[in-house]
Amino acid sequence: MCLAIPAVVVELLDGDSAVVDLDGVRKQVSLALVEHIAVGDYVIIHVGFALQRLNVDEAEQTLALMRQLGSDALGGASAIGALP
Amino acid sequence: MKANYARPLDVKHGQVDLSHGSGGRAMAQLIEELFAREFSNEFLAQGDDGARLADPRGRMVMATDAHVVSPLFFPGGDIGCLSVHGTINDVAVMGAVPLYLAASFILEEGYPLADLLRIVASMARASRAAGVPVVTGDTKVVERGKADGVFITTTGVGVLREGIDCSGARARPGDAVLLSGTIGEHGMAIMSLRENLAFDAPIVSDTAALHGLIGELLGAVPQLRTMRDPTRGGVATTLNEIARQSGVGMLIDEAAIRVTPPVEAACELLGLDPLYVANEGKLLVICPPEHADAALAAMRAHPLGLAANLIGYVQEDDRHFVQMQTRLGGRRIVDWLSSEQLPRIC
Amino acid sequence: MKYIDEFRSGELASGLAAAMRRDASPEREYRFMEFCGGHTHAISRYGIEDLLPPNVRMIHGPGCPVCVLPIGRIDQAIRLAREQGAILATYADTLRVPASHRLTLLRAKAQGADIRMVYSTSDALSIARAHADREVVFLAIGFETTTPPTAVAVLTAAAEGLRNFSVLCNHVLTPAAMHAILAAPGGVPLDGFVGPAHVSTVIGSAPYEPFAEDYGKPVVIAGFEPLDVMRAVHMLIGQVNDGRAVVENEFTRAVTRAGNLRAQALVAEVFELRESFEWRGLGTIPASALRLRPEYAQFDAERRFTVPYRAVADNKACACGEILRGEKRPQECKIFGTVCTPENPIGSCMVSSEGACAAHYTFGRFREAAA
Repeated sequence: MCLAIPAVVVELLDGDSAVVDLDGVRKQVSLALVEHIAVGDYVIIHVGFALQRLNVDEAEQTLALMRQLGSDALGGASAIGALP
Repeated sequence: MKANYARPLDVKHGQVDLSHGSGGRAMAQLIEELFAREFSNEFLAQGDDGARLADPRGRMVMATDAHVVSPLFFPGGDIGCLSVHGTINDVAVMGAVPLYLAASFILEEGYPLADLLRIVASMARASRAAGVPVVTGDTKVVERGKADGVFITTTGVGVLREGIDCSGARARPGDAVLLSGTIGEHGMAIMSLRENLAFDAPIVSDTAALHGLIGELLGAVPQLRTMRDPTRGGVATTLNEIARQSGVGMLIDEAAIRVTPPVEAACELLGLDPLYVANEGKLLVICPPEHADAALAAMRAHPLGLAANLIGYVQEDDRHFVQMQTRLGGRRIVDWLSSEQLPRIC
Repeated sequence: MKYIDEFRSGELASGLAAAMRRDASPEREYRFMEFCGGHTHAISRYGIEDLLPPNVRMIHGPGCPVCVLPIGRIDQAIRLAREQGAILATYADTLRVPASHRLTLLRAKAQGADIRMVYSTSDALSIARAHADREVVFLAIGFETTTPPTAVAVLTAAAEGLRNFSVLCNHVLTPAAMHAILAAPGGVPLDGFVGPAHVSTVIGSAPYEPFAEDYGKPVVIAGFEPLDVMRAVHMLIGQVNDGRAVVENEFTRAVTRAGNLRAQALVAEVFELRESFEWRGLGTIPASALRLRPEYAQFDAERRFTVPYRAVADNKACACGEILRGEKRPQECKIFGTVCTPENPIGSCMVSSEGACAAHYTFGRFREAAA
């Protein structure tokens, strides 16, 4: 039960809330459940609340790992996901 | 024109009231000073209850649609131009040249005349731009609370083009499935205004009259099997309708279906599937595969078909499933909508 | 969409599919349960089944809070709107759940009950502020992901001194449900769990450790996107092959071992454990759900109004219980797809788009029909 998606914080508002942007769609969300959020952070939002800050380093690492696994499994000759 | 009325219609501050639908002087004034003035053509000028039309010289096509959209004004349009475009499109996708429109209005008591004028002016603009006049109409007024401001029903007639046979029953295995552009804009433009789901998003309704695009298309590929505009229920519903009508299945490619980033993001936020979101200015086309390239070229040469794409093929399937190759590489079906799509949190 | 699209890449998917084919031992079957309804939905919606090795099977678990909501709880919500004249605010997911007397919240609304769809608890609070003369009840459902927002709503209402706002609380707990599945008599033929994404964001990965230790079943917490699910299945295959049973985290970009402490604290402030709670399809499970603490009694609709809970039995032909426990597949239910469809859902698994039956019907039933 978890329709939640990451979006970037573009503006901090009074009253513990923020405006997030997802590809041009803006929504106001509550920051009551998170701390130390800054403009530019990615947060995971669910029913109008930010649930957690997205760790972008971990996101990149997870993707890199997936690319590597695929590369290894498919014979390593072509680097997966590194195509232009 | 000699003024028949003691005072002109107060379009700035006036409201619709029950007398405007009673058949008396107030109604005549509303028709004359608002409707007829905006639509202004030789047919309405005759002042009769019906319109005498030219000899059609060909097989006639007729279509009708009721419009109850709420809100009445939305980014990119309003109920007025929507009603004009929608019926023109219903006639045009049959392979007919749209010739005339009729428009009947149900007005709610208390509705501001200023807004009614905006709607009618918008209809008139759309009608003139499309070259399809509103030749006859009707107005009724209902008590406050019995209508959502304004309901409009438009009926269109046209003449079938020579040598054209377009029908939802003609799709054959092997046929190409084409889509004229990006999907989901009208529905999400409306969603962005609905109570409890408001957000700032630059999504504009795609409402448009498609008969010009269709004319180019039929000129290039008269052998088209089917054309349909995917309105309520989206592309998914239209594909399923055609599949059932023709007794076939389909296989479409998710990656080939174009969705603009804001529409995709808005759908994502609400848990909606763009395939089921309404469009008001898009065309689904089924044509023999050898003509797909010509059809695409004709669409892409027209302003309303710039993003036209081949999205899949018709296949044999006595269960009439519309299957989709997902962007991930797996398969799923794109089923009929079970009921109106509601936003999910789960 | 950043950090969404990348995790839906077809290219990376074929790479992960190849990795699974290489690592899954052809000598055995792998049976994994994805607990969360969101994962069930993702698996069906992307056709992930086509990318898994044929000896890896996904069993759909009960992590769909709409699916496990008993009919009697919807009846309560409807009665609050009809008999008490309350404005009932609810997420859209519950609107079509069939209740008693052939009613749904949507039908009750059509018959005149003031039932309003909201996207957030803040909307419910706005309604309460705008209608000071009416009672406003928020139908709170969901696992641990959705509970913190309800906690914030109650605390906000308390801070503002709102006198007309209350919550009908149906919040349920993930570990308790997992326990109910694993502790079923006779055991359950599962090799591991794909753990929920956003529930884990809130509660952390630690609560799953007892399952790995006590039942010897590996748990891999997976993100919400299809590549996350595939990678998590790959990690489960690895654990099974190695004979390990620990909690691993695929969703490191959002889940830590401790979880979101601030959210947990807010929940602890407002809610306490119920002794037991009835789950549709799973029966009564102890310590599996929450209610408002006595200090917040005025915001508890069950204490504010007289709407006693009356249990309602499921249709006898409905196999949801077995399906929720992973013992049966949707297509093995006698009424699947015939009497029971998304238009006319008989049981809970068909009601929500992420229920096992609804997901299979909507996205996957073309697979069997080919027979």
